[in-house]
Parts: sequence; C-alpha cells; structure tokens
Amino acid sequence: MKESGYDYQIVRGFTFSALFWLIVGLIVGLWIAFEMFNPVLNLTPWLSFGRLRVVHTNGLGLGFGLAGIFATSYYILQKLTRKSLVYPGLAKVHLYLFNAIIALAALSLFAGMNTTKEYAELEWPLDIAVVVMWVIFAVNVFATLAKRQEKQMYVSLWYIIAMTVTIAILYIVNNLEIPVNWFKSYSLYAGVNDANVQWWYGHNIVGFIFTVPILAMFYYFLPVSSGLPLFSHRLSIISFWSLIFAYLWTGAHHLMLTPLPEWIQTVAIAFSIFLIAPSWGSVVNGYYTLRGNWEQMRSNYLVKFFIVGITFYGLQTIQGPVQGLRTLNAFFHYTDWVIGHVHMGTMGWVTMTISAAFYYMIPKITGSNLYSIRIANVHFWLILVGQLIWTVTMWVGGIQQGAMWKATDADGSLTYNFLDSIASLYPYYKIRFAAGIVYFAGIVLFAWNIFMTIRTPKKAFEQNKEGM
Amino acid sequence: MSVYSKPAVFAVLSAVVILVGTVVTVFIPLLMPSTQPVSDYVTPYTAVELEGRDIYIREGCNNCHTQTVRPLRTEVLRYGEYSKPEEFAYDRPFLWGSRRTGPDLNRVGGKYPDSWHYKHMQSPQSMFEKSNMPPYGWLAENRLDTRYTVKKISILGYGYTPEEVALQIEEYTVKVTGQSYDSKEAREEVTPESLQAELTEMDAIIAYMQKLGRDVKKLEAEQ
Repeated sequence: MKESGYDYQIVRGFTFSALFWLIVGLIVGLWIAFEMFNPVLNLTPWLSFGRLRVVHTNGLGLGFGLAGIFATSYYILQKLTRKSLVYPGLAKVHLYLFNAIIALAALSLFAGMNTTKEYAELEWPLDIAVVVMWVIFAVNVFATLAKRQEKQMYVSLWYIIAMTVTIAILYIVNNLEIPVNWFKSYSLYAGVNDANVQWWYGHNIVGFIFTVPILAMFYYFLPVSSGLPLFSHRLSIISFWSLIFAYLWTGAHHLMLTPLPEWIQTVAIAFSIFLIAPSWGSVVNGYYTLRGNWEQMRSNYLVKFFIVGITFYGLQTIQGPVQGLRTLNAFFHYTDWVIGHVHMGTMGWVTMTISAAFYYMIPKITGSNLYSIRIANVHFWLILVGQLIWTVTMWVGGIQQGAMWKATDADGSLTYNFLDSIASLYPYYKIRFAAGIVYFAGIVLFAWNIFMTIRTPKKAFEQNKEGM
Repeated sequence: MSVYSKPAVFAVLSAVVILVGTVVTVFIPLLMPSTQPVSDYVTPYTAVELEGRDIYIREGCNNCHTQTVRPLRTEVLRYGEYSKPEEFAYDRPFLWGSRRTGPDLNRVGGKYPDSWHYKHMQSPQSMFEKSNMPPYGWLAENRLDTRYTVKKISILGYGYTPEEVALQIEEYTVKVTGQSYDSKEAREEVTPESLQAELTEMDAIIAYMQKLGRDVKKLEAEQ
C-alpha cells in the first residue's frame, strides 16, 4: 500500500482540533468538579454550574469526541478504500466549519442559549450548521467509498457508514424546534413525547458517537498495530447488525419510572439486556485477536491502550443494562452512580482508544517515530489511575446517596433530608477533583507527545525502537 | 456481490435497521394521543410563569434539578404525589432532568412563600450553610424582557390574546410591587432600588417555581 497521495492534512487538522477541545473541555470539567463541593467558583452568571456543565459535555462529546472521530475516519476511510479523499477541499471546509461551530457552541452555551435537551443543547442556527457540516462529511465518505480501489468493505467502514446515516436521523429529529428569535426556540414536541424523543436521541448519540465509530477505530487499529488479523469476520458481522438494530429500542431506560408509557420502558429494558451480546461480541473479537500473543500487552504500548479500552467498554455494556433494570434503576437513577458509569466509557474506553489511534496515525503521517514511548506509557497509567479513582468514587457516592434517599426510620418517616444526602458527598467530590487532576496531567502529556511528534523533523528515533 | 461491497445499499439497509426500533418506540407513540394526555385540571403557564421557565432553561437549572416524582414510597414521602403524564402537556421542552444534585422541583409550588425563594435565590448558603447551589441574586438586577412573550405564547398555543398577555404581566407586576404583597420585605431586600417597581427575572422565576405542581395540589385539595 503506498503511503503517498492520501490527504493527511485533514487528519492532522482534526487531530489538533481534538486535542485542543479535549484540554478545554477538561479544564471546564475540573472547574465544575470544584463547584460541586465549593460554590465559590460560581463567580459570574456564565461561570455558574448550570451553564458550565453543558459547555463541558458539549466541548468533550462534540468537540473532542467528534474531532477524534473525523480524524480517524478520514484516515481509515482512505486506507481501507486505498483511495485518496475525493474532495480534499470540501474536507478543509469541514475542518474550519467544525471548529467554528464548536467555538460558537461554547460561547452560546456560556451565554445561556440552551435548549436543555442533553447533548442537543445548541440553539437552532447552530443546529443547521451542524447538519450542513454533517452532509459535507457524508459527501466525502460516500464519494470516496464509491471510488474505492478495494472491492470489499472492511468492518470499520460499516461502522463509519452506520454512524454517518444514524447521526443524521437522530440529530434532525430531536432538534426539530420552532424559533422565537435567533437565540431561542421551542421544541416541536411536548412533555412526555419530548422526553421520549430526547432520550431516544440521547442514548443513541452515545451509541453512535461513543460506541460505533470508536469500534471502527478498534477494529482497524488493533489489527494494524498488533500485526495480528481480526479473530472472526463472522462474529463482527453478527455483532454489527445486532448492535445497530438493538440500540434504537433502548433510550427509554433513561426514563424509568417516569410518566412515559410503561410498555416503552419495559421494551427498553429487554433490548438493553440483549445489547450485552453484540457489545461483548466485539470485546471477545478483540481479546481473541490477541490469542497466543498476549505478551504484546507488555511489549506493545498501543495494544495496551486498545485492550484496556475495550475492557472498559465491556464493563460498561454490562453495567448499563443492569442499572437499567427497574428495581436497580429506582435506586441508582439521579445519583452520581450514573455519572461514574458515563465517565468509565468516556475517560476509559473512548479516550484510550482515540489516544492509541492518534499514537498510531501521527507517526505514520509524519514518517517519524513517536516522540516518546515512555511519555505514552506515563500517559496510559495516569489516565487509567485517574479514571478508576474517579469512577469508583462516584459509584460509592451514588450508592450512598441512593441509600440515604431511601432510608426510613422505624415510624416510616424519612431519616435524612435532601441536604444531608448531598453534603455527605463532598468528601467524594474532593477525591473526584483530585482524580480529575491526575487524569488531566495524563492528557497534557498525551497532547505534548503528539505535538512534539509532529514538530520534530522526519528522522528515526533509534532510542525508541526497542519499545515498539 | 454482497452488501459489503455496495456502500449505497449498505447505507440504506443500515437506515432501515435503525428505523425499526425508532418507529415502534418513538414515532408511533408520538402519534398516539394517550402518550401525552391533556387534562382540564392542568392549566398552561401564565405569561410571567413562562418567562420564568425560560430563565430556568437559560440558567440550566435542569442540570441539577429533576421534575419528575417517581411512584416510590420514599419519593412520595419526600416530594409529594408522583408525577402524572397530563401535567406535562404544556412543557416544551420537557424539563425532567437526569441528576438530582438538588432536590426534585415538580412539587415545589406552594411549598414555601415567595419570600423564602427570594432569600434562597439570593444566597442559598445563608439558609443552608452546606448547600452547593450557585447564588442567583443577580437575577433581581435584570429587568424581565417581555418583548417576545406574545410571540412565545402564540408558538406554544396557550391561547391567550396579546391583551390577555399584557394583562397577566400587569397583574403580576401590581401584585409583587404592591404594598400588600406578603413577601414585600424579602423582595425589596434583593431587588435594586431602580427595579423595585418593575418585574425582574427573579420575580418571574419565582412565579414559575410556585406554578410547579400547583394544579395537582389543587386537585388533591378539592378531592
């Protein structure tokens, strides 16, 4: 496969964008983590928790997550089709438009222009810009696929196609709204329906941004970085179709015991349990790809990221359906347990996979070796330890708060008032903040490592060879 | 030739596969009136309550407060009667939330007098030392913007004429600025001199707080 002729500028541009929004999003995350145990940082209206939390979720989910997905998708697409991007100019427009949207998104959310629908908070003019951007991306994806030099499409391309199609449907349906003026609109749907549409969207945006394209990366980068062929093509086919079929039924497990019709909740529970199978199909496929070669966990730093990453994916896809069960949900919902659950996926699975994908791609693009494998290893351990302390702390805090909400005295009255339940969590919030600092340190090293790899002129770093 | 070598067919097939669950669990319920019932005892928001709700939305209060009481024993004990679907017929967007950093607010209407809310919004920590709620005293420094109220009401289809909207705003202004207002002292304490005769964002968000769950409580009292 010849290395030249591919459009790597766009990959590089989105890689830098991802790292930039990752650092911005984490700083905002640390800020709101501090506000949780000490409200003194609510210095101005635009720094108050209510506005800042959405800057954090959008900055990382859409800023970092999407940029990482675009960077790797453009890379994987060209490699697996053996065709350079059909419209490199359009891709450049995509890059600038993307960064303009995320910057305006952050500013507008700071200003309180916010539709409240989680991960769809942007007001309608930005929604339109997002749709335009998505169409631009899709045009390049399908044009390049149409002119591909490789007849069969490898599994990573299926996931990229599924993402491209599904995100478009999700985003448009959930963001249908009637404008009042340029900065304010009302949802087309009311009450229960609005909730149902929102969590159909909310759950699947997680599925088709934090699962589907990350699996595309996993299926591509694990084999190429380990030099081992994928364990089972057939298993990947079964996993793919059952995953994308089942995902769309499960949104209502976010609305357990609310006024949403009970049958929709129950169907969501059933499909959530079913989802364990296709999720673990990919986990098993990854593990078995390494069979007989597990020493690579020690000798190949990239494999370590991917395998630990997919392990968190596996854990998360068991935890999710379990906490969706009605009785357990009654206990865990609305507590920090769920916050821990989300962050195992984002800080563990998503970030680890994107990290290793960047570590693989960027030296390939620049034609040099990674700046420092040692730094990559320190980065790995810092984000692993940071994430584990972070999530375990939230789970413990969640159990505690859930138990305090449910506790009753012998006479049947409530043991704790609400304030007791939240104030008792402040020690956990302090630990969470500290864990966030550890994690952030790892991410700074990651960004530094990528930056130095790109900046360093083309030459072989012999001292790093033994670590490959 | 399999589907794995035809990108366009593959895309269409993927769309069909993801639409099955979507149609059954989202689109069909959307067309069923029983999903979001409408009931006479639930009244739409008044103009001022709606403006207050929009401030609640702007400040992202939903990030810490839920608005659904679940049918669980301890939850009903803590907050009151569990939430019914018909209560949300006028909610666009819905504001059920996903995390309780603060308590649920679906039954907060009528629980405390306005004066309590003025003091609490101004400084939650002055009332609850350990609270982590941000202070919102600055809402009282902002005049309530009612330029779009008529348009908002017409989009939402609440059925008030522009005159009725103006009257609702006028009546609420008279109420909170009047001498007989039961929370006069607290309001004057948090509201700057220059705005005491006008409606502020603080007045509106408190009007909204007092609306939450009021219809259900009224129905309960009648029964």
